[in-house]
Amino acid sequence: MLRIDALQAIYPTLERCVVVTIMGAVSAELQSLGHRASFFYLLHSMGLASSMGLGIALARPELPVVVLDGDGSILMNLGALTTMARYRPRNLVHVVFDNESLLSVGGFPTATATGSDIAGIAAAAGIPRTSTARTIAQFTALFDESLRANELTTLVAKVEAKGPPVYLTDLPMLENRFQFQRHLRSLRPSQE
Amino acid sequence: MPVSVKNSQLIYAALKACGVSLISALPETWLVHLIQMAEDDPEMMLVRLAKEEEGVGISAGAHLAGAKSAMLMQNHGFLASVNGIVSLARLYRIPLLMLISYRGEFGERDPWQTEGGGATESVLRALSIPHERLDEPTHVAHRIKKAQTLAESSLKPVALLLCRDLMWEE
Repeated sequence: MLRIDALQAIYPTLERCVVVTIMGAVSAELQSLGHRASFFYLLHSMGLASSMGLGIALARPELPVVVLDGDGSILMNLGALTTMARYRPRNLVHVVFDNESLLSVGGFPTATATGSDIAGIAAAAGIPRTSTARTIAQFTALFDESLRANELTTLVAKVEAKGPPVYLTDLPMLENRFQFQRHLRSLRPSQE
Repeated sequence: MPVSVKNSQLIYAALKACGVSLISALPETWLVHLIQMAEDDPEMMLVRLAKEEEGVGISAGAHLAGAKSAMLMQNHGFLASVNGIVSLARLYRIPLLMLISYRGEFGERDPWQTEGGGATESVLRALSIPHERLDEPTHVAHRIKKAQTLAESSLKPVALLLCRDLMWEE
């Protein structure tokens, strides 16, 4: 499975979600499909996209939040899985694209290349729903199911170590940040 | 345990007066009462962390989502969070209200805490993070309020150092 195809498959569904992505290929590929005000790309701070998603999900329980993470990133912040599991927000779907590689920085293998199992680690951390997808059809079905489940999910998508030719896009980081914040504000429930 | 309940209450009340609705924390001796107060407060979302740097991500998410937050940590937790502070909070202009228990200063009896004391303020200065000490009960409320005001107007991290004279009664 190619990550860009997986992203393409869920892109229409992401329209009704708040999305936080990691740096590198995930950010560039999602932007290549079309930026939306509800997408935030964390272009540094490897490991913290999951924590940011948790912060948004806890602060705004009415919003469906999707984190698009990677194996290299979540391996840097495995404790985050235990924190997510502790508070298990129902509105958070944590997708991990696992290409068994630090693709953006030269393609060196991560520990998932030698058998570490992210879905297994997530389950052992206490995440109530975990699964691993190996095909687009499987991934799409599991993603839709996760959004409907209304329960914290970590969904691992095994993808090939292939990315876009360039990672730099024409969206400045701070423009993305302020647009995303304004967008979340505009979604405030009317009673507030 | 001679951690000051009274001064912990002052700090907690100041955070509430600032509209803080989410606190991330990792336990440390001087913070026990503050964490318990957050735990017991139905209006407060307490997020117990595995490692302090997670708190930078959680506060960033909370800020963009419209919630005011604070981070409770030991100075060693601050030192462990430096990359997140630089490559998330500074890079993306995220306000952080960090309350850091300042271990390893004069009076410290635990040998294992003594190196962190010497490094804390120099690292804060190296990162250009505005910071003030909280060592006197009468300063607590207004210094916390002013720290949060600057964090929100500058969209940058600020730090308050919770000192032995405030936190510890012997």
